[in-house]
Amino acid sequence: MTKSYEEIPLTPISDSPSTITITGLWRVMRPVVDAKKCKKCTICWKFCPDAAIKLVDGVPVIDLQYCKGCGICSFECPAKCITMVKEGDR
Amino acid sequence: MRSVMTGNYASAYGAKLARAEVIAAYPITPQTSIVEKLADFVATGELDAKFIPVESEHSAMAACIAAETAGARTYTATSSQGLTLMHEVLMWASGARLPIVMTNVARAMAPPWSVWVDHMDSVAQRDTGWLQFFCQDNQEVLDTIIMAYKVCENAAVMLPAMIIEDAFILSHTSEPVDVPDQQLVDSFLPAYAPELKIEPGKAMGFGSLVKPDQYMEFRYKAMLGMREAHDRYLRVEQQFKSVFGRDHGGLLDRYRCGDAEVVLVCAGSVAATAREVVDAMRAKGTRVGLARIKAFRPFPQEEFKELASKVEGIAVLDRSYTFGAAGAMFSEVKAAAYSAHRKPVMKNYIAGLGGRDITPKILERIFADMIVVSKRGAEDEVEWVDVAGLPRRWR
Repeated sequence: MTKSYEEIPLTPISDSPSTITITGLWRVMRPVVDAKKCKKCTICWKFCPDAAIKLVDGVPVIDLQYCKGCGICSFECPAKCITMVKEGDR
Repeated sequence: MRSVMTGNYASAYGAKLARAEVIAAYPITPQTSIVEKLADFVATGELDAKFIPVESEHSAMAACIAAETAGARTYTATSSQGLTLMHEVLMWASGARLPIVMTNVARAMAPPWSVWVDHMDSVAQRDTGWLQFFCQDNQEVLDTIIMAYKVCENAAVMLPAMIIEDAFILSHTSEPVDVPDQQLVDSFLPAYAPELKIEPGKAMGFGSLVKPDQYMEFRYKAMLGMREAHDRYLRVEQQFKSVFGRDHGGLLDRYRCGDAEVVLVCAGSVAATAREVVDAMRAKGTRVGLARIKAFRPFPQEEFKELASKVEGIAVLDRSYTFGAAGAMFSEVKAAAYSAHRKPVMKNYIAGLGGRDITPKILERIFADMIVVSKRGAEDEVEWVDVAGLPRRWR
């Protein structure tokens, strides 16, 4: 519903953080982590452009609510423990 | 305190007197001494501000935007290539309704590489939603910075302002400048207190996404802010005059226009030369006047409409050229004059690009040409002045 110019602030102000938008639905490729091969270097965590990787005891856990499947973590991983898998495939 | 200083130091003193709280800047010729002086003020403790050296002009403006969103009064300065690099974020500053004040030292755009005066950089930012004030002397630079904060921070305006000083002619030329007392400035310009700002512990995203059903209303409000800036500036200048004892002639500074047949329109430091030429020509019995564009935004539409009704000819001197059209100031003056009761003959003179001198003799010849043209109509609406290879001699 369009509000009159008199009822709106000077610039649009959102009172909720951008995390309310679940952007993981955009994903085509999904990163799959082989925790056994992980060297806990945390490079994937540093490179993730969307802060969608959490570290549990140094091992990456992908937050699939926000991961868009860009594949940067997989590309950067020196231990080659992150594989990109097409969504829907196993 | 009366002091001898350059336009750049006048800018620095203006920002200091206005008690800018955050200054983010990247050096560029011929702006550098503004931020050097401000860095000095901050280092010595004369100015209580956070000085942020950044890696580009785009970042300088981005830092000002962030600080201003947090409720700080901010200042920056740039020039030419630096200003045009800022273009994207200039739009953000105005759309987010942040009353940032910035000095732009007007300098030609490259190539050809040039560090000298030209208004192309500023004119190219015409549509960014910033107020634009062209200054003709160093005193006006200092005074306009203080006035700009007061105009822009008003709740009904909330838009950023660009104070434009001509490269070298003002930036590096020393003149006597009255530096007002800090106490007087404080009484004139209270601390910045925006209605909305980012606060810790409260989630707020500024300038967030709106859909087509709501976008126009926000742009309409910005239009109202700019419209308000017109009258607000005139009122603030009157208040300034009552406190500091001087003014700078409003948004369209008219000199001996009352009974003038032909008027020269220009902006920036060349207006000071034109004033002398008007006096000299008047002494010889010619009825000429000067209308200096102080504010290119908000554009003095009504003032021009009124002026156009009274004169036979208007010569517009542009210190930049919009390729494929004409000088930008000419196009706008002409558009304003279109709704006048009587339409004068108008002609555009392109002069002084890339720092070429506009001498009193050239201005005299522009006036003389315009007097002839105003009687028979302009055959060439736009004429380039003092270009080697063209038949007409101007010097």
